[in-house]
Amino acid sequence: MTLAELRGARRRREDGEAHAGGLHATTADYIRVAVALFIITSIEVAIYYIEGLRGVLVELFLALSGLKFLLVVLWYMHLRFDSRLFSFMFAFGLSMAIALFIAMLATMKAGLL
Amino acid sequence: MAQRTHAVEHLETSTGLDNRKLAMWLFLASEALFFGSLIATYLLYRGQSTEGPYPSDVFNIPFTSVSSFILLMSSTTMALAVGAAHRGRLHQMRTWLLCTALLGISFLAGQAFEFTEFVHKGLTLSTNLFGSSFYLLTGFHGAHVSVGVLILLSLWVMALRGRIGQHNALNVELAGLYWHFVDIVWILIFTLVYLLDPLAEGR
Repeated sequence: MTLAELRGARRRREDGEAHAGGLHATTADYIRVAVALFIITSIEVAIYYIEGLRGVLVELFLALSGLKFLLVVLWYMHLRFDSRLFSFMFAFGLSMAIALFIAMLATMKAGLL
Repeated sequence: MAQRTHAVEHLETSTGLDNRKLAMWLFLASEALFFGSLIATYLLYRGQSTEGPYPSDVFNIPFTSVSSFILLMSSTTMALAVGAAHRGRLHQMRTWLLCTALLGISFLAGQAFEFTEFVHKGLTLSTNLFGSSFYLLTGFHGAHVSVGVLILLSLWVMALRGRIGQHNALNVELAGLYWHFVDIVWILIFTLVYLLDPLAEGR
């Protein structure tokens, strides 16, 4: 059996175990998400020091942190694979928090900057 | 849909879902409101301090970036622990649980170091509005991380004694949900407080 076949067999076994345990993400998936999180955080810190991007930094930071947020919630917290009721409950709480956040800032005429 | 409910289809509850998991998601939704209020309060008071030190006088972005990375990686090890618990790989589960707890402790040590530095630079809870709102927000987050570390260490000890296995992997999953939530709150704090604050001062 070649190395590639061994790796394939291992991946299939992990997939099978994951599905048997009610999970739909494998160890390789978690590692891929970790690499993505590392890259996004590195980009955030790098662009913080680039003077030319000052005008769009707020938008860039919000987009990048939103991406990290989604990666953790969908993959690590399994909302991508779990019951939609959990997603609905969390989205409801999050919407309420965002509404409260906007209402507070709007009432006091404050902003993100 | 059949695939999505695969893990819970055998439960005899009115929703077909485990009530403990449902309760955890409800708790996390309420926590989102709690931290949403704290972050909004911080933003409301931003730039309102009449005397220093100001954020740019105390923040050390490279140091906090490393702390953030540590917490992000602890989420990875937590996900690996949950995966190992569901697959019945108990040795791996114990290892990843301990790694997660140690990474959490490292993050807390970093926060303690950061707070100490800030106090040495003259920023205390009562110095100005920035100090009050900053310590309140990050302090509450740190308290949540501390609770998470205690839960993880308890699970690790229980696992060592053979009281956590594949049959009750949900206990590890619930701890994981809490831990990941603490992580996503920090993702927002890092961006809105640490990265955007110096930009606000520059305007």
